[in-house]
Amino acid sequence: MSKLLEIENLAVTFGRGEDAVEALRGVSLSIEKGETVALVGESGSGKSVCALSILQLLPYPLAHHPSGSIRLQGEELVGANQKQMQALRGGRIAMIFQEPLTSLNPLHSIGDQIAEAITTHQLISKQKVLERVCELMELVGMQDQISRLSALPHEFSGGQRQRIMIAMALANDPDLLIADEPTTAVDVTIQAQILELLADLQKRLGMGILFITHDLGIVRHMADRACVMQAGKIVEARTVDELFANPEHPYTQSLLASEPKGHPTAADAAAPVLASLDDLKVWFPIKRGMLRRTVDYVKAVDGVELSLKRGHTLGIVGESGSGKSTLARALLRLEKSEGAIQFKEQNIDTMTENQIRPLRADMQIVFQDPFGSLSPRMSIAEIIGEGLDVHGIGTTKAERDQMIEDVLGEVGLDAASCDRYPHEFSGGQRQRVSIARALILKPDLMVLDEPTSALDVSVQAQIVDLLRDLQRRHNLTYLFISHDLKVVRAMSHEIMVMKSGKVVEQGNADQVFDHPSQPYTRALLAAAFDIRSVNNDSLNK
Amino acid sequence: MERSRIFGIEVSPINLRRLSNFRANRRGYWSLWIFLIIFVASLFAELIANDRPALVMYDGEYYLPIIMDYPETTFGGFLETATEYTDPEVEEMILEKGWMVWPPIRFSYDTVNYRLSEPAPSPPSVDNILGTDDQGRDVAARLIYGFRISVLFGLTLTIISSAIGVAAGAVQGYFGGLTDLLFQRFIEIWSGLPTLYLLIILASIVEPNFWWLLGIMLMFSWMGLVGVVRAEFLKTRNFDYVLAARALGVSSKTIMWRHILPNAMVATITFLPFITSGSITTLTALDFLGFGLPPGSASLGELLNQGKANLHAPWLGLSGFIVLGTMLSLLIFIGEAVRDAFDPRKVFK
Repeated sequence: MSKLLEIENLAVTFGRGEDAVEALRGVSLSIEKGETVALVGESGSGKSVCALSILQLLPYPLAHHPSGSIRLQGEELVGANQKQMQALRGGRIAMIFQEPLTSLNPLHSIGDQIAEAITTHQLISKQKVLERVCELMELVGMQDQISRLSALPHEFSGGQRQRIMIAMALANDPDLLIADEPTTAVDVTIQAQILELLADLQKRLGMGILFITHDLGIVRHMADRACVMQAGKIVEARTVDELFANPEHPYTQSLLASEPKGHPTAADAAAPVLASLDDLKVWFPIKRGMLRRTVDYVKAVDGVELSLKRGHTLGIVGESGSGKSTLARALLRLEKSEGAIQFKEQNIDTMTENQIRPLRADMQIVFQDPFGSLSPRMSIAEIIGEGLDVHGIGTTKAERDQMIEDVLGEVGLDAASCDRYPHEFSGGQRQRVSIARALILKPDLMVLDEPTSALDVSVQAQIVDLLRDLQRRHNLTYLFISHDLKVVRAMSHEIMVMKSGKVVEQGNADQVFDHPSQPYTRALLAAAFDIRSVNNDSLNK
Repeated sequence: MERSRIFGIEVSPINLRRLSNFRANRRGYWSLWIFLIIFVASLFAELIANDRPALVMYDGEYYLPIIMDYPETTFGGFLETATEYTDPEVEEMILEKGWMVWPPIRFSYDTVNYRLSEPAPSPPSVDNILGTDDQGRDVAARLIYGFRISVLFGLTLTIISSAIGVAAGAVQGYFGGLTDLLFQRFIEIWSGLPTLYLLIILASIVEPNFWWLLGIMLMFSWMGLVGVVRAEFLKTRNFDYVLAARALGVSSKTIMWRHILPNAMVATITFLPFITSGSITTLTALDFLGFGLPPGSASLGELLNQGKANLHAPWLGLSGFIVLGTMLSLLIFIGEAVRDAFDPRKVFK
């Protein structure tokens, strides 16, 4: 069988002369008809550059190819002229992107946008176009939405938008579909549905798929072959079964070994309660009309009860918008709320900001985005030392410097990095700085708001290990929020499943994971661990 | 990592890049130097254009007429009044027993040249290189002093109004809600007040001087930066690092000052040269209309007004126009270069 796509020794360099950055250095891969090839690698490994160079969509002439060729059924694409490429893009090669909301034009109806994908490449009558649009909607499983063709993208959910993107990509029966992290921006249950749809479409239409992802679970589930990329090179390219059974390259091995596993450190079941919530509500008013009367509320958190035992980790899981983060912020009194909040046997919900300030040292938070949570204009020492100033810990500068140095050592950073600025660090290192900033105050409670979600898998595992280690040494109590159930499982003693601001299920971690009692929890677990969508009413509501 | 230092001050890499971006804009870079040289020179206007010598050496002693008044008796005259150094007799007296150093232009901004060969306004001559205005005062001297007062007025107004504007924008953006709502409505009403009428009314009550004008203009010009700073604070106050600071227990004042303000400074600094040129234009316009600085003071607007009234003496209007045009162009070029320097999209060039 002839190869659908052949990439040979492809190199991509950005810039010229001294400042040149080699993004790809000699990548070779091939895709056959009806085959799914996964391109796996951590951020910055060159996956997306590879995909964009197939479509010749890189910022030429800043980017250029010192060597290599890309052939689509024998036709050379490197250096092909604009006209040739325009016929190919969206025609024989189609691409779907990570973020469906920004990839769709917010000002045009989805019907028009799908139709445009057709009419750009085919000269057919309006009637035919409409028929084809309906056909495509059916193909991507949105037959019940055909009446909404004139609706705008924001009126659809994330999963539906991704389906619309897929419909646009399929408009001209492409031979090759490039999917660039198509499910990274959607929830696990939606992810499972989208992946099932893609697999099903491939079976029916027989196209080749180049699937770009960082998630090894998806690779195992979706792909026939996988190419592991590291620093612009493919280090290992084999069939998926072989790759997972017997990885050869050390990088692949480390990647496979780095999936968060293990169990939380043992905790004393009879430990005293450190913090508790009773019927906590965070309602955001919806105001309408001239007088801005409150007509309704967005119930971000709606009557949640929990109690956190000292030295335990409570994992909160749920899809985006379920109120996990709001709950955590309300617990720290960073968000206005109703209901009793107890911390260290004190009612903090009635305290003023000044009264809470001394308690703030005992309850700290680590955020998801390691870029956004560090002030870009302060050095690491200033960032970590700020809390010491506020709480008057340590009297002399030397004493504080020593504390900063100690805490940096504790989170595994070099003490010499004190004077550097956040942008000089990698994502994982920045997250360590965030943890150090919280840890230096010797808190009792640490809220970890998706601390690993923005990180590569190998770094995730390191952070999980670090957090477990710190918990053991300092008897820390964690409130661990994540949508990634694997990480939560590796960290938590107790689990709380949230949906639409309410608690769906709550209990001992092993019990919830092994014997979920609620259908929603079961669906969530199936989607996360087996990438299987469960047709369940509780999901589609 | 090695940190760069400029004049011994530690410069973060981002500022270093901005500096090199600023230098890369040749026009703006040179404009800054030209402007600085002219401005610093004009600060010493008394040494460039004056009706008194800079230094007098008489009978073995040194005198500084620019700083001190000396009675004529000091130099062997009869009068107890301050010495008129331009008087040929006085000059002769001093030169007999010593020497004196004159500034390049022997007129101050208010010196009337009584020895004109033609009626005022007289055209350029050896004595008055740019001619005189309709009261016989040297145009070149008036331009130098006028430039100085314009720039000083512009800079003072810019600095004070920016400080007020940034503070107001910061408070509105950070606290949001009702504070923001009330402040915004106040600004809308306040900005509707007609500045010019207020100045005209003021001019009929008091004689407006530099500080009066500055005060009145300040009441209305502080609103220029409120919008950008408020927007920046509204955006940044929800960033995780601000939330993290709140979780640490940092007070609002410190958060605004240390965590958010540096972000708002980019927009502020970018606007500064443009606000300065705007302030200068306003002062010139007021002077032109006759509601500006008190009569007799050196001002570019007044010179332009004379140029309009004396179309047969084109050196008045032309020289005023050229100085004003050059000054504003230089400021705009500097502003463009500053804007380029702070443009984050320029990074990947």
